[in-house]
Amino acid sequence: MAHLSPPSPAAAGPAKRSARPAKTPPEATGPGHTPPPGWHPRIDPAPLLPEPEPYRLLGTPAARDVDPALLRRLYEELVRGRRYNRQATALTQQGRLAVYPSSTGQEACQVAAALALRPQDWLFPSYRDTLAVVARGVDPVQALTLLRGDWHTGYDPRARHVAPLCTPLATQLPHAVGLAHAARLAGDDTVALALVGDGGTSEGDFHEALNFAAVWHAPVVFLIQNNGFAISVPLEKQTAAPSLAHKAVGYGMPGRLVDGNDAPAVHQVLSEAIERARTGGGPTLVEAVTYRIDAHTNADDATRYRDAVQVDQWRAHDPIDLLERELRDRDLIDDAELKAVAESAEALAARLREEMNADPVLDPMELFDHVYAEQTAQLREQAAQLRAELDAEEDR
Amino acid sequence: MTSPKTMTIAKAINESLRTSLETDPKVLVMGEDVGKLGGVFRVTDGLQKDFGEERVIDTPLAESGIVGTAIGLALRGYRPVVEIQFDGFVFPAYDQIVTQLAKMHARALGKVKLPVVIRIPYGGGIGAVEHHSESPEALFAHVPGLKVVSPATPSDAYWMMRQATECDDPVIFFEPKRRYWDKGEVDTAAVPAPLHRARIAREGTDLTLAAYGPMVKTCLEAAAAAEEEGHSLEVLDLRSMSPIDFDTLQASVEKTRRLVVVHEAPVFLGTGAEVAARITERCFYHLEAPVLRVGGFHAPYPPARLEEDYLPNLDRVLDAVDRALAF
Ligand SMILES: Cc1ncc(C[n+]2csc(CCOP(=O)(O)OP(=O)(O)O)c2C)c(N)n1
Ligand SMILES: [Mg+2]
Repeated sequence: MAHLSPPSPAAAGPAKRSARPAKTPPEATGPGHTPPPGWHPRIDPAPLLPEPEPYRLLGTPAARDVDPALLRRLYEELVRGRRYNRQATALTQQGRLAVYPSSTGQEACQVAAALALRPQDWLFPSYRDTLAVVARGVDPVQALTLLRGDWHTGYDPRARHVAPLCTPLATQLPHAVGLAHAARLAGDDTVALALVGDGGTSEGDFHEALNFAAVWHAPVVFLIQNNGFAISVPLEKQTAAPSLAHKAVGYGMPGRLVDGNDAPAVHQVLSEAIERARTGGGPTLVEAVTYRIDAHTNADDATRYRDAVQVDQWRAHDPIDLLERELRDRDLIDDAELKAVAESAEALAARLREEMNADPVLDPMELFDHVYAEQTAQLREQAAQLRAELDAEEDR
Repeated sequence: MTSPKTMTIAKAINESLRTSLETDPKVLVMGEDVGKLGGVFRVTDGLQKDFGEERVIDTPLAESGIVGTAIGLALRGYRPVVEIQFDGFVFPAYDQIVTQLAKMHARALGKVKLPVVIRIPYGGGIGAVEHHSESPEALFAHVPGLKVVSPATPSDAYWMMRQATECDDPVIFFEPKRRYWDKGEVDTAAVPAPLHRARIAREGTDLTLAAYGPMVKTCLEAAAAAEEEGHSLEVLDLRSMSPIDFDTLQASVEKTRRLVVVHEAPVFLGTGAEVAARITERCFYHLEAPVLRVGGFHAPYPPARLEEDYLPNLDRVLDAVDRALAF
């Protein structure tokens, strides 16, 4: 398991937290007092255990091994991403978007997820992952189609290999496994990366997906963005596990724990997991520890369930600041470049404002167009009813 | 004696749960975000503060687990009232509801009772994204062993929730989310009608409009509009989709001789289909026109920008009324 770069606790012996005393096999005292017939340990769990604390690169000597061009690229996407979040939230206030679940504070996960993938790979996002979708190349306006109250997806999933933003929690995860398994059947090197929140890990589909992935040895990577909350519910009400990354072990895949606000660290951990999947190493579960700085959505009031002190602590561990400090301290970016990044972000925001100010025109008759591959007689009848209603409205 | 108070449907359900928690120590409230947040619609606001985390439980995020554990709690005499955050998210729990909750009483030949209430905010009209505007009541009414109800007024919201909580059978309680903020009088000292009894919301002589939940208001508006054109419509609030109070319905139709059934859910195999078939049987010789149905199309619930075109509105209801009257 060379890819598990920082030493996992396994290397340092069993984790200390174990409340049970170490067990030595009892001596057999008579016939039958042996382990059940045929029993043997299936795999050694130790190499699967995640890091004892979230893996970091920024501010550590290892950061010097990261390609400066990648650092600058990550930085630009983080800044653009944050600006995108801010603009989209503002658009909800102007009634231009129905709702926006902001990923401010989580940009490092979003951007790293998108940049770690190759074109042939697939991304399976949740509703909070618009930035990842945009960073993967989906048009920034099209990516907001669903949240605008326009058609439910708005982009062609096949064009950039991005599944529709998924709202029913964790349901996208088995899809990612199936798609990854298809790559194995087809014999190509496609990898699937599926995103889920900490809350989503409680759903049955999360567990079923991990189990399938491990049993099928599917080339899939799961990224949990643990942002501390599922709407109002904090992690401690969601799980009693030592970490969400530990859940990997029970399914027989490696778990990895990373600082979700350290963009190059997330990028590295995901890249390693993706490479491992691509080369036949099977699935990985990655937990990125991060924080949702904004409320759940613009419609939520986060002051009802969390205090400002915690938010401030996380503001001091901001993904953009952390990376900017690294770039500046090491003179990897100059003022002109910083200015160019800021301008690129402003241009993105301006484009959003402009294009989102027009009301999309939807044809109600399209309601009936894609229910089935071929329209049924029954639907044609209903379409005629709606057509008549709309015509009557016009006459009125 | 307390005098009637004016409150919203959301508040009425809140008051109802509060009363149940106060009067029966076995009543529990559980679900996603129901405690500290008070629910995304604030229906359970303040309950955890007053009754504690053991009785108003912020559960892990897993609908199947919520309903499954509620079943276990019920086996030990508790009366869980669980919340499903939105209509479109009940489906992970569908297995537990259909294969376990609905059947266990019958399997055990009546030896165990499952007094579980499942609250589901349902229906469209709030400009939400997909999976937040569904009307899946027929999927539950079709399952033997489940009772399925939906209030249309604050008074019914209060009393029907009280009765559902006291009911020994599982009750799927559909809350018309777009009407949550509609106000009306609630008399907490009244003697309520039985849970599954239909209610005449407006008397009329020419045609009966039968509806429930969010569509009752639409039908009352349609009746008011029809009156201006000289037609007297009776509006019947079914309140219960399983069982259905066919007696009250029959009496109304025998009087008016015409029936239009209205719901948001797709017309195809919806509650209206059962009502139409049964009333045709019961009132065949009284009917002057076939029973007509008004509802959603048999297409996925559309994006917010098209929901006005999808949802039955005044015009679609009046259209059906005209057709029935012209028959
Ligand atoms: C099956 C299902 N149940 C409930 C919901 C409602 N809901 C939307 S987001 C959310 C919280 C999710 O928290 P988490 O998985 O941590 O993701 P985050 O929002 O923090 O990104 C809930 C309960 C849903 N979308 N799907
Ligand atoms: Mg979360």
